[in-house]
Amino acid sequence: MGERNEAPAMAQREADFSKVDRARLVEALAGALPAQCLLHAQEDLQPYECDGLSVYRQVPMAVVLPRTEAQVVAVLRICSEQGVPVVARGAGTGLSGGALPHAHGVVLSLARFNRILELDANARIAVVQPGVRNLAISEAAAAHGLYYAPDPSSQIACSIGGNVAENAGGVHCLKYGLTVHNVVRVRAVTIDGEIVEIGSRAPDGPGYDLLALMHGSEGMLAVVTEITVRLTPKPRLARCILASFDDVAKAGDAVAAVIAAGIIPAGLEMMDQPATAAVEQFVQAGYNLAAAAILLCESDGTPEEVADEIERMRVVLEASGATEIRISGDEAERLKFWAGRKAAFPAAGRISPDYYCMDGTIPRKRVGEMLLAIQGMERKYGLRCINVFHAGDGNMHPLILFDANQPGELDRAEAFGADILELSVALGGTITGEHGVGIEKINQMCSQFTTPEIETFFRVKAAFDPAGLLNPGKAIPTLNRCAEYGRMRVSNGQLPHADIERF
Amino acid sequence: MDELIREWRDRVRASASRGESLQLRGGGTKDFYGGPTAGEILDSRDYAGVVAYEPTELVITARCGTPLADLQSVLAERGQELPFEPPAFGEGATVGGCVAAGLSGPRRSSVGALRDFVLGTRIIDGRGEVLRFGGQVMKNVAGYDVSRLMAGSLGTLALMLEVSLKVLPKPVAERTLRFELQQAEALSRLNAWGGRPLPIGASFWHDGVLSLRLCGAEAAIDAAGRELGGDVVAADEATALWRDLREHRHPFFQSGEALWRLAVPSDVAVLPLEAPVAVEWGGAQRWFRGGLPAQRVREVAEAVGGHATLFRGGDKGDGVFHPLPATIARINRRVKEALDPEDVFGRGRMYPVD
Repeated sequence: MGERNEAPAMAQREADFSKVDRARLVEALAGALPAQCLLHAQEDLQPYECDGLSVYRQVPMAVVLPRTEAQVVAVLRICSEQGVPVVARGAGTGLSGGALPHAHGVVLSLARFNRILELDANARIAVVQPGVRNLAISEAAAAHGLYYAPDPSSQIACSIGGNVAENAGGVHCLKYGLTVHNVVRVRAVTIDGEIVEIGSRAPDGPGYDLLALMHGSEGMLAVVTEITVRLTPKPRLARCILASFDDVAKAGDAVAAVIAAGIIPAGLEMMDQPATAAVEQFVQAGYNLAAAAILLCESDGTPEEVADEIERMRVVLEASGATEIRISGDEAERLKFWAGRKAAFPAAGRISPDYYCMDGTIPRKRVGEMLLAIQGMERKYGLRCINVFHAGDGNMHPLILFDANQPGELDRAEAFGADILELSVALGGTITGEHGVGIEKINQMCSQFTTPEIETFFRVKAAFDPAGLLNPGKAIPTLNRCAEYGRMRVSNGQLPHADIERF
Repeated sequence: MDELIREWRDRVRASASRGESLQLRGGGTKDFYGGPTAGEILDSRDYAGVVAYEPTELVITARCGTPLADLQSVLAERGQELPFEPPAFGEGATVGGCVAAGLSGPRRSSVGALRDFVLGTRIIDGRGEVLRFGGQVMKNVAGYDVSRLMAGSLGTLALMLEVSLKVLPKPVAERTLRFELQQAEALSRLNAWGGRPLPIGASFWHDGVLSLRLCGAEAAIDAAGRELGGDVVAADEATALWRDLREHRHPFFQSGEALWRLAVPSDVAVLPLEAPVAVEWGGAQRWFRGGLPAQRVREVAEAVGGHATLFRGGDKGDGVFHPLPATIARINRRVKEALDPEDVFGRGRMYPVD
């Protein structure tokens, strides 16, 4: 057992990239790219300083916006030769800071890779570039009665490349799966500039399932330049039940009862009273504001199937103590029911100057416990929290409301969030269901995984990116960071990630 | 830590330090599959039992040596199942072997593959470390998806101690329809139907007959039956058909000849191979029987963007699995080294040792 047993150096501590020579880098990039594909003036870099998690900001050394795969190859070869970190970026809607630039690195924006290359209705697949918006795929497929099933809340803006990087979900993934279940192939460029085809239109390919590894890898293994997605026939009909409960635990039990009855709803979402109150003043979805919690329970399929399933769900929800049950009579009403749920994040933004969205997933049966604990944390940190979640799969999105302009509130919000994440792990769940670790939850990774597990992650990364140049400092914490986090845990009030500039 | 796990961990470490290989084995029902087996057998059946099962969470966690049949009957008691219908290929099949083989049955084209249902694992890696990846929840993006990597790895990456699998309720109703069609027509209809919201669960074409299995609500099946036509197959005959297909007990698979599995895009036309053929998964899985030359089979598969596996029998001298492009082969080798640096597990089972 020789040196192959040593974990890669990048597992111990983050490499020091401060020796990167900006002038040399910009010169090399300028030689490989047309002028309009390279940004390096300070004012041009500013718009790229953060993604959807704007509390973390960092201006990179340069931003490249290649138009062709050959340009991506050239950029990666240059960065590889010069030892420069590369952060791939899609639409910049990520909620965990996965696309936060590196101070000594290049941001590789795939925004110009925005074409649908092929849409084969007979084979039910689309080949798209990573910068294509999630919703644009469904729009293009609609004429054929097909759509792309995963529908994250940000689907109007988020890119499919980002969806692969985070293994994005959405409100229908209990029945239709996550990104990893709906992508059959990616084409990617390694940090050495080699092009790889991972997966294919033929199922269950030879070798290890590298396609699974690519999903949720947060741009740390390779840069994706093409994605083949599976398209799903659009159900003929969808109807939604809006059920009210006078008790959060009863709503939680109702979710379990629906599943126990052998029903897999197309969507199964829960909102607590503070959340319904917040959205109701924003969009009039018609939610029962007296209810402690509401459930949205959707059925889709053929009209016969939907009629049958809606009736079965109604019976179960009634038996579970629903105080009110409304069934959408037409598409307009169904969309109205969903409008409230889909407006939860903007509504939080409206009632509070800032909000912080968590993403833990826990076994469904622990949801009541978690909500109770969150109420305690609201008192502990003196902040409000509204709860919306994908009840069907136990993926919770508590939205912690705060005002960054009030001294101490951001710190309290972060400490509140950290408590929720650690409780998610303690309840048998995970710190992130679909938003990714990024920079935001990197310390909590230390609570979820042991040292040898973290070393294994770095070894897997090294299998693709031995020098550790793709998105360093994200997703997997170094062992040094975990050791520091251990210390930080005992001294409260200290700001995590003090090395990162914030506003 | 369990005494047995400690013992296994020590055994892995000892094998690693001596440069020896271990053959991870459950019931041995899939010994025929993949490259040659080498090394001392580590019998996973000593570590058996369902660890956790909560029907309302749609997750079951079982130890590697749990008989697959036991797990399935535990699920059946609560009206649930492994919807990807893994083949057992014999009475002794274990859960660990099933995941390691990564094989899915007739409904793969409608519900997804085995790998789609893997949520978490506890493993012993090639260094003898006990590690846990993934979990028991449906959505989890903390860290790379190492647990899904175990699916289809043929016991070459790690010793799987436990695995958590997503499960689903059994379909409320099923019906099988029969159509007399030539292969080209069957392929064309299967792809056209695939683009419509029909409750098609599985398909099988062989010798001029297409069998189509509908799964879902009774009302949906009635409606689809009216739309599709065809002759309804008697329920017990249909059950036997899909079971025999899954287990390769259907007469097509019984000749004892070499068996090739070609995976191709579902809409690819009839393949130019002169051999008896059976088609599954809406056209995406095509079985060929007989002593076809490996190079020819691989060329035919590759020409349409597919890949070929010498599934059973034949001359394994030319390799069992489709050769990988150089860069992908290198990444595969490095992933193997990441988990099993001394090549303890299943040496040569997936690709020949070079």
